[in-house]
Amino acid sequence: MKLDYEELGLKVGLEIHVQLDTRHKLFCNCPTTLVKEDEEDVFIRELRPARSELGEVDPAAILEWRKRKKYEYYAPRSASCLVEADEEPPHELNREALTIALAIAKALNMDIVEEIHVMRKIVIDGSNTTGFQRTAIIALNGYLTVGGKRIGIQTLCLEEDAARKLGEDRDKIKYRLDRLGIPLVEIATAPDIHTPEEAGKVAFRIGQLVRLTGRAKRGLGTIRQDLNVSIRGGAKTEIKGVQHLYLIPLVVEYEVMRQKKLLEIRDELLRRGLKPEDVSGEIYDVSEVFKGTKSKIIRRALSRRDHGVYAIVLKGFKGILGVEVQPGRRFGSELADYARVWGGVGGLFHTDELPGYGISGEEVGKLYEYLGADPGRDAIVLVADHRDKAYEALKAVIGRVREAFKGVPEETRASQIDGTTRYMRPRPGSARMYPETDIPPVEVTGELLREAEKYVPEPPDVLMNRFIEEYGLSRSLAEAVLNDIRVDLFERLVETYRGRVQPSIIASTITNTLKMIRGEGAPIENIRDEHIEETIKLLAEGLIAKEAIPEILKYLAENPDSGAREAAEKLGLTTISLEELDRIIEEVIRENMDAIKRKPNKAFKIVMGRVMGKVRGRIDGRTVAERVKDKINNLLKT
Amino acid sequence: MEYLGYRGLVAERLSRLGVGVGDRLRIIRDGRVFEGVLMPREALYGDKPYIVIKLDNGYNIGVRYTGREEIVVVGRRGEKRVKPPEIAQNPKLPHVTLLSTGGTIVSKIDYETGAVKPALSVPELIEWIPEIADIVYLDAREIISVFSEDITPKHWELISREIYREMKNGVNGVVVAHGTDMMAYSAAAIAFAIRNKPVPIVFVGSQRSSDRPSTDSAFNLKAALLTAAQAPFAESVIVMHGETGDTYALAHRGVKARKMHTSRRDAFQSINDKPLAIIYPDRREINVINKIIEHRSKDKEPILENRFDDRVAIVKAYPGFQPEIIDLLVDKGFHGIVLEGSGLGHVTNRAIDSIKRAVEEGVPVVMTSQCLFGRTDLYVYSTGRRLLAAGVIPGSDMLPETAYVKLSWILGSKTRDLREVAKLMTTNIVGEINPRITVSLYPRWPL
Repeated sequence: MKLDYEELGLKVGLEIHVQLDTRHKLFCNCPTTLVKEDEEDVFIRELRPARSELGEVDPAAILEWRKRKKYEYYAPRSASCLVEADEEPPHELNREALTIALAIAKALNMDIVEEIHVMRKIVIDGSNTTGFQRTAIIALNGYLTVGGKRIGIQTLCLEEDAARKLGEDRDKIKYRLDRLGIPLVEIATAPDIHTPEEAGKVAFRIGQLVRLTGRAKRGLGTIRQDLNVSIRGGAKTEIKGVQHLYLIPLVVEYEVMRQKKLLEIRDELLRRGLKPEDVSGEIYDVSEVFKGTKSKIIRRALSRRDHGVYAIVLKGFKGILGVEVQPGRRFGSELADYARVWGGVGGLFHTDELPGYGISGEEVGKLYEYLGADPGRDAIVLVADHRDKAYEALKAVIGRVREAFKGVPEETRASQIDGTTRYMRPRPGSARMYPETDIPPVEVTGELLREAEKYVPEPPDVLMNRFIEEYGLSRSLAEAVLNDIRVDLFERLVETYRGRVQPSIIASTITNTLKMIRGEGAPIENIRDEHIEETIKLLAEGLIAKEAIPEILKYLAENPDSGAREAAEKLGLTTISLEELDRIIEEVIRENMDAIKRKPNKAFKIVMGRVMGKVRGRIDGRTVAERVKDKINNLLKT
Repeated sequence: MEYLGYRGLVAERLSRLGVGVGDRLRIIRDGRVFEGVLMPREALYGDKPYIVIKLDNGYNIGVRYTGREEIVVVGRRGEKRVKPPEIAQNPKLPHVTLLSTGGTIVSKIDYETGAVKPALSVPELIEWIPEIADIVYLDAREIISVFSEDITPKHWELISREIYREMKNGVNGVVVAHGTDMMAYSAAAIAFAIRNKPVPIVFVGSQRSSDRPSTDSAFNLKAALLTAAQAPFAESVIVMHGETGDTYALAHRGVKARKMHTSRRDAFQSINDKPLAIIYPDRREINVINKIIEHRSKDKEPILENRFDDRVAIVKAYPGFQPEIIDLLVDKGFHGIVLEGSGLGHVTNRAIDSIKRAVEEGVPVVMTSQCLFGRTDLYVYSTGRRLLAAGVIPGSDMLPETAYVKLSWILGSKTRDLREVAKLMTTNIVGEINPRITVSLYPRWPL
């Protein structure tokens, strides 16, 4: 489907979260590292939403509380303390993190807040042991120029990262506390973005700018993107947790598609003369219809106590639930999300997809008859589960169906790996922020601002000049590096290995080599910055030849847990000594003596080719050529 | 002048504008515009020249006040109508009264101003913790409102009178909400002040304030109400978290309990004794794990003896201890001294003359140990024997805090006769002395 985004009035705002690489966490003295294995303390907690004076409670908070889940926390001793366990008040705001955030604010041309106040933002899905995220606004009203266009930056916040979710079972969610408290900057743009591609570019630019401070964390999960997307007539939808930059344009496109389809559904409902009041709130027990069913899901439900099959009738909705709103997702999938989130059920069936899933046509017929519904006009939604859960689920479905008459409901949605999204929770209300009184406000002094100077990243044009003039990169290579998220890695490696590895080799490793091996099918998303760094280090130490780089990176992409040295050894790509090279050359000459004698003019070509076949990637080609030439000249002289 | 917590020029300007918390301001300086709702200033920072406003996105920021700012009042705070929740209670459940001494068991947040206000009405309590309505028929009121650290022996007289009244009214249990800092002192005091208790007295508090979703207040309160309603014992206990997680609570005998951590939920520990019971509020289960001293019985007539002498002091021994501290207390007319001695119960030999003088002037001197764990023994070393000879009363395994409360109670309610004081101090009245300390009663690191 080709979409005209201007016509649709697409507006996108981004919220980019980047972890900062500080010595310790935002409010305590724990290191900012994730642990693999460690001694851990485990404890179980509950959270309960505080009431506001007006009796209002955040709708998102109530949703979590209604699930009555408990939270099980794993507290690794090397990367969490009483502060993460919510057993000790937070310490003062980490000055190092604040300084970095101020530097980013400067680079984004923002107004810096004169006295910073840390707030508590209520989040009770258990990802914060406190039940709130500590967050502070550092700067306001900036901008960034991308492709000649000014994109407004509304706010820059410094906040603590949440705990890592490990898994979930029926009554509890498990989290590890190592990530909790790692400083994050959250940069929110104005809704100035009007195409999916532009969203990708802006996200990339912001991520790169933060990395250029030299103090951003790297690797999977260190940058997370949230999107706010709306089209004319639609609604602002918040999409959480887009993990990969390359997914952003796709996620935006799919969201536009979804909102457009929901508006079309609304129009269709109006065309059919239906009204929200026509959606009955009645829930029926239809277990009887499914006695002796072949559907495994329903059979299992019916065999358990207080379980059954429950149904609602949507008069006049025939065909609506089958409308595809995103690739592979129908309007029925949207309803199923609500049933899962609010009722905790596994899913639902609807008549636009039946017969199917073991439910026979005969059963569907009986169902319509049992409920007095019209098979030609009406749709029926079924949930097979515990009675209470099924009721909650179907109530949520009814609520969502009524929203369909308005078009697009305001929602927080979760990003999925294929670019589609699913309903997560209602958009949080305004009743969720109050001051963190345990932390004193911070005056932004001139001294603090001067300290921040050292992290302010250089603008792209300055970098470009330096890459060409100082590092001797060609214009096109300099451009390629500048357009790569790893531009900061390039700078760092050049600084570290200057004089030992040419900047152009580092540049092309980061850009061309990775692209090339992806073309050969290597899963390069597994490549971490450390992989590249280790590889360049091997080169600097003369342990590999530059020709070995692609093979090593390819191996690391497939075996991300091993190191570059291990890869080089496994692949037999470690350099050979000059003595060994000489021995190989002499051997090749000996074996090919006849040919050499026959065609002395071609001697170099013959020997070089065979030697390279044995040592490619293990020693610099030029060295090989020199030695081969020497040996042959000597031989021919005698 | 001070205005909404602001001081100096900021306070003057704001008061001249006549703005209140929650009013909407626009602050303009050199073309920069900040608009938001005025917040109060925390007094500690009131001298710094910033105006705190809440932006529309919910964040607070401080805007520097230089005097050059143009400040426009854009809007006034609207009237709020607070509707009290309606809740039905089951009168067939055990009747429990919750007496509050200050602090916040339930808080309500005003998200507009950031203010956290206590709420103590029964409907508000049940609205927040609906489970309560399945455990007890609740009555609640505030009897005093003081910070835990400001509690005095005079307050114990008032608290015990209120509890006594509830007992006479025939409640099934009393819960006292109390700040945690001095809670163990108060729980010990009530143990002595009311004897022949018909029902339990349960002290409860929280280490994480109730405005946070992670507060321990709700869990502790559920456990405390359950204990008050159903426990088979009738003693003055502290019910708080038993571990860092929200799994079980422990009932510590007030006279044996001590706050052993500044901030953890499970800060309270029983010393030289086991907790009295383990409580699982979710399963509505109380497992008694220690010997009950006073059993619950509706037939018992409580006895109120609640005078406390507030001229008692605790003095800690340390290297270089100055004996004149004791002289000073005696000269100032103190009525009793509890020493927190070293080891088995020692203070420097240099202080023995001062102690002897105190006793001679009718001031009882009780010896406890700053080791906390274990019992004093003044026969083992010569210093101890000299202290005994000087008239020091050995405190056995009593906590210094409990010895302090007990001495204050004896002097206030019983006698000032030294011989009688010594006899009562060394008699176990409500479980404050454990005659048998087993090997298990000492915390060890897991290996």
